[in-house]
Amino acid sequence: MKQSFQVDERGYYGEFGGAFIPEMLYPNVEELRSRYLDIIAEPAFKKEYDDLLRDFVGRPTPLFKAERLSAKYNTNIYFKREDLCHTGAHKVNNTVGQILVAKRLGKNKIVAETGAGQHGVATATVCALMGMECIVYMGAIDIERQAPNVARMRMLGAQVVAAQSGSKTLKDATNEAMRHWINNPVDTHYIIGSVVGPHPYPDMVARFQSVISEEIRSQLLEKEGRDYPDYVIACVGGGSNAAGAFYHFLDEPRTQLIAAEAAGKGINSGHSAATTFLGKPGVLHGSKSLLMQTADGQVIEPYSISAGLDYPGIGPMHANLSLTGRARFFGVTDVEALDAAVECSVMEGIIPALETAHALAVFDKLQAKPDEVIVVNLSGRGDKDLSTYQQHLKLND
Amino acid sequence: MTKMNRITQLFVKATEPILNVYATAGYPNFGDTLTVLHALQEGGVDIIEIGMPYSDPVADGETIQQSNQVSLDQGMTVAHLFEQLKAMRQTITVPVLLMGYINPVLQFGVEAFCKKCAEVGIDGVILPDLPMAEYESEYQAIFEQYGLYNIFLITPQTTDARIAQVDANSKGFIYMVSSASTTGAKTGISDIQETYFKRINGMNLKNPRLIGFGISDRASFVKASESAAGAIIGSAFVKLLGQTQNLHADIVGFVQSIKGKK
Ligand SMILES: Cc1ncc(COP(=O)(O)O)c(C=O)c1O
Repeated sequence: MKQSFQVDERGYYGEFGGAFIPEMLYPNVEELRSRYLDIIAEPAFKKEYDDLLRDFVGRPTPLFKAERLSAKYNTNIYFKREDLCHTGAHKVNNTVGQILVAKRLGKNKIVAETGAGQHGVATATVCALMGMECIVYMGAIDIERQAPNVARMRMLGAQVVAAQSGSKTLKDATNEAMRHWINNPVDTHYIIGSVVGPHPYPDMVARFQSVISEEIRSQLLEKEGRDYPDYVIACVGGGSNAAGAFYHFLDEPRTQLIAAEAAGKGINSGHSAATTFLGKPGVLHGSKSLLMQTADGQVIEPYSISAGLDYPGIGPMHANLSLTGRARFFGVTDVEALDAAVECSVMEGIIPALETAHALAVFDKLQAKPDEVIVVNLSGRGDKDLSTYQQHLKLND
Repeated sequence: MTKMNRITQLFVKATEPILNVYATAGYPNFGDTLTVLHALQEGGVDIIEIGMPYSDPVADGETIQQSNQVSLDQGMTVAHLFEQLKAMRQTITVPVLLMGYINPVLQFGVEAFCKKCAEVGIDGVILPDLPMAEYESEYQAIFEQYGLYNIFLITPQTTDARIAQVDANSKGFIYMVSSASTTGAKTGISDIQETYFKRINGMNLKNPRLIGFGISDRASFVKASESAAGAIIGSAFVKLLGQTQNLHADIVGFVQSIKGKK
């Protein structure tokens, strides 16, 4: 059955999506578009993917009841523990899937972009696993603020290339990865790290991440006697962990979908990455979506303390969820995210990624009832952010 | 009856290889756009392609990216550009194309954009990230209403079937990207590329082709022109714009040397 918030045959979610790519990328994207559904439906593909998710990634990830936070907010809060995935975040669900697709397309080299470095690490990891060459573009600024992940990628054998153009962050790393693909069209597959890019990427990445909500359903049934929560909360950079956590609840009216965007120093401070609040429809990186831009259509350089949310766009699925009101979007500031990271650490014994901390900062705003059930997608762990935490929380003073 | 588009006229009349030169608007200085157009025309250029600067030009290499950024930093916008081109047709007689990315056009408004193009005398548009299917369903009718040609690209990886489709949808000429690359990434023309050029020539397309990407001097221009109606120079010219101390004279000299008139 076709779900109404899913992509249509033309690659659109409502008015958002499509494939706005230069002709140089058309053959590759068209090959992917015409084949991805058949490839991922093959029994042999499914088996290889499921086996790797179980034995390499460590799935299913647990659904953990956060008892002390539940008591504090007088409701029932569960964490979907994507932080326990191999490499420390949900990103690997997608890279495992895409590298198996790349193999079937006959590609032997991989290019990727990365912001926080989590997607870069997850890509370098599967490339090592499959013996494929790996080039990761990363903004020069992000290379500095996510040094541990740069070291991990290099240890895994990947080549990390600094993107020196524009804002030197995720947007520019994505430009450079696309340029690399234009210059290397035959042997290379581009593993995009979120539900962005030209169709079919947003849908393909959402499908690979949808294992998150699939597991939530069966785990909740076991723990709460029902297979849907009242709320699912996820942070949104490009939107892949949110897409995965929302996927099987998109057409479940009893579940409210809650998205946390990075409001940086405040939504209207001029230093923010809260795209649904500040963006207008536009085209970036191959799809039409909401985009932070000037009146002249130039992309605005966003800001967030969190490298993984520091992106001026948002996946077309989420633009549609926002416009239709199907999901509620909250802007979470740097300070609110840092507070939430501390709260989660000291009350539940889990240091979350800075990106994830944004999702942990909206409990107050929900006013959930005592008998309601919230699932927060704990998209990643905070190891990579320790230096930012040290600096802002004065942990070593 | 609308009059014949300048691009069509040019290809009908041309007796020697056609030279199309790309220049970023408002570069090297904000007010240089018309100066550059005049010098190009004086040097003997056949078509001028004005680049509308964009913050994220994914099909372009470093040289054009940087010129785009400089131009944006100096305040260039689509609206400013139309203002600068307002009186262009009092002096510029060669066909003029606008090249850029779809997002600034969307924000300006597609219809408003086409209307302005017609007003100032633009003959065609190159928007590499506007795919053919999207163009046909959402834009073609408006473009045609204002007499604007939309120039499509083909690459060595484009299939014969798609090239035939491009040919059917094209007016003016087809922009033949010489190799799998962004602009300015490679220079010169290899044997592999010549095989590709031959393959396209063997297809009996109704539209003429101009070869672009990697054309930088007289030798590569002549070589490319053996396999097409002419060629397009971008990065090599933008590099000159970024370095010259004598804008007018150097541009005239550059064009003359490419055309073999000096
Ligand atoms: C832990 C974690 N969560 C969330 C994100 C944001 O990406 P997305 O919105 O695609 O889930 C990132 C990106 O790097 C991340 O590392």
